[in-house]
Amino acid sequence: MKPAPFEYYAPTTIDEALSHLAEHGYDAKVLAGGQSLIPMMNFRLVQPSVLVDLNNIAELSYIHPDESGGLRLGAMTRHHQVEVDPLVAELAPLLHETMPKIATSQIRSRGTFGGSLSHADPSAELVSVSVALDGRFRLRGQNGERWVPANEFFIGLFTTLLEPDEILVEAALPSMPVRSGCSLMEVARRPHDFALVGVAAVVTLDENKLCQQARMVFLSAGDGPMVAHKAAESLKGQAPTLEAIRAAAEIAASEDIDPGSDIHATAEFRRHLANVLARRALEQAFERAADNK
Amino acid sequence: MQNSFNIAVTVNDTRYERAVEPRILLSDFLRHDLGLTGTHVGCEHGVCGACTILFDGQPARSCLVFAVQAHGHKITTVEGLGTIDNLHPIQEAFHEAHGLQCGFCTPGILTTIVPFLEQNPDPSEEEIREAISGNLCRCTGYQHIVDAVKLAAEKMRK
Ligand SMILES: Cc1cc2nc3c(=O)[nH]c(=O)nc-3n(C[C@H](O)[C@H](O)[C@H](O)COP(=O)(O)OP(=O)(O)OC[C@H]3O[C@@H](n4cnc5c(N)ncnc54)[C@H](O)[C@@H]3O)c2cc1C
Ligand code: FES
Ligand code: FES
Repeated sequence: MKPAPFEYYAPTTIDEALSHLAEHGYDAKVLAGGQSLIPMMNFRLVQPSVLVDLNNIAELSYIHPDESGGLRLGAMTRHHQVEVDPLVAELAPLLHETMPKIATSQIRSRGTFGGSLSHADPSAELVSVSVALDGRFRLRGQNGERWVPANEFFIGLFTTLLEPDEILVEAALPSMPVRSGCSLMEVARRPHDFALVGVAAVVTLDENKLCQQARMVFLSAGDGPMVAHKAAESLKGQAPTLEAIRAAAEIAASEDIDPGSDIHATAEFRRHLANVLARRALEQAFERAADNK
Repeated sequence: MQNSFNIAVTVNDTRYERAVEPRILLSDFLRHDLGLTGTHVGCEHGVCGACTILFDGQPARSCLVFAVQAHGHKITTVEGLGTIDNLHPIQEAFHEAHGLQCGFCTPGILTTIVPFLEQNPDPSEEEIREAISGNLCRCTGYQHIVDAVKLAAEKMRK
């Protein structure tokens, strides 16, 4: 099928884009990489009457370090750019490891960081990874801007705090503390498919090599990024032994997530995968944390 | 409402100027407006890879880009790789190693493989399989495609 007709604007500045959005409100949609929006338009699952294309706004595409050793990414930075950027590899190893797992090269050449976050697919890696890394997003509207923490931004299935006249302009990811380690584990039916279940883990050890913090965020395991609060609580202050890790993975898979059943997998199978993946991710993350003095 | 935009696109080193409606997909623009039917259309949601072209040198799904967005950009389709009399080494390799049967998936695989081999002239089998994982083939079972890519890599290294 083909998309329904729409009015098209291709502004070259953020301000211009915001004024189009302010004028058209709920009728308008922002076009980023188009790798989620255009398939939905082709199938007429959505029929926005106005598209505001961000692809010509150069000021939205960048990767640079911030004062505190973290990373700033402009919303229109393509997945491919993030994948090959040396600064990302150095400052955000979890992100670096994640990028090749997102779709295929032909999709990563167009898809954008901000698009993936704004789309808020509970199966999207960047959604869970940005929560696991304690990221923050800068949202801008005509009346000003606001910073929103990643763990408050995603409020449900394909739903975020973005107002129809706002654009997500930037993501900030803080630097990793010392004695931290991370891991992303997922299972997909074919490589690059959306994962049946995945988990991003970020852990930090204290000076006595006990677990100071363990954050696990699951994807494809509920209506949004699923933070494993109870599992994290069970690890706090513990030595990261295989026993403790197994127990935490069990808690995460049985109590912290809420997977559904569909043609790809039953909820029960997803819980099983979550358990196995959580254990592997924690093992790897703790090993890396121990090495990262 | 403005429903026609004048665009200038360079396709296979030829500059084209056309008026397009914004909802026209780049895949349809190439096939219907420019008559370049080498770019195939399978699924129109990014999954099959048949419509893969090079957008400023990078492989992209032409079914997930509007033609109007190609204004000012450089597109390469399978027609831009070689001619019947002067095949691109990758095309030669696909011919010799039986890398195709019906040929529906082939243009998308060739355009995917061009930048892949430029960046990675001596890939392992695993890397080749990874590189073509975004292209569905319903005929070959992939083994001959993998063989063809290996052969192409050899040819291009010479
Ligand atoms: C075959 C296929 C496989 C894929 N596999 C994966 C996968 O394994 N993992 C994965 O994570 N993703 C996957 N994707 C999705 C891909 O990563 C998309 O690029 C991404 O989800 C959306 O980014 P985009 O830039 O293409 O956004 P678009 O499609 O342009 O936009 C998506 C939505 O977000 C809104 N939006 C976009 N940018 C902004 C902004 N800056 N501010 C406000 N709103 C905005 C749009 O209005 C739209 O509603 C896949 C896509 C395809 C086609
Ligand atoms: S037609 Fe574009 S990916 Fe299938
Ligand atoms: S050769 Fe027929 S689909 Fe690949």
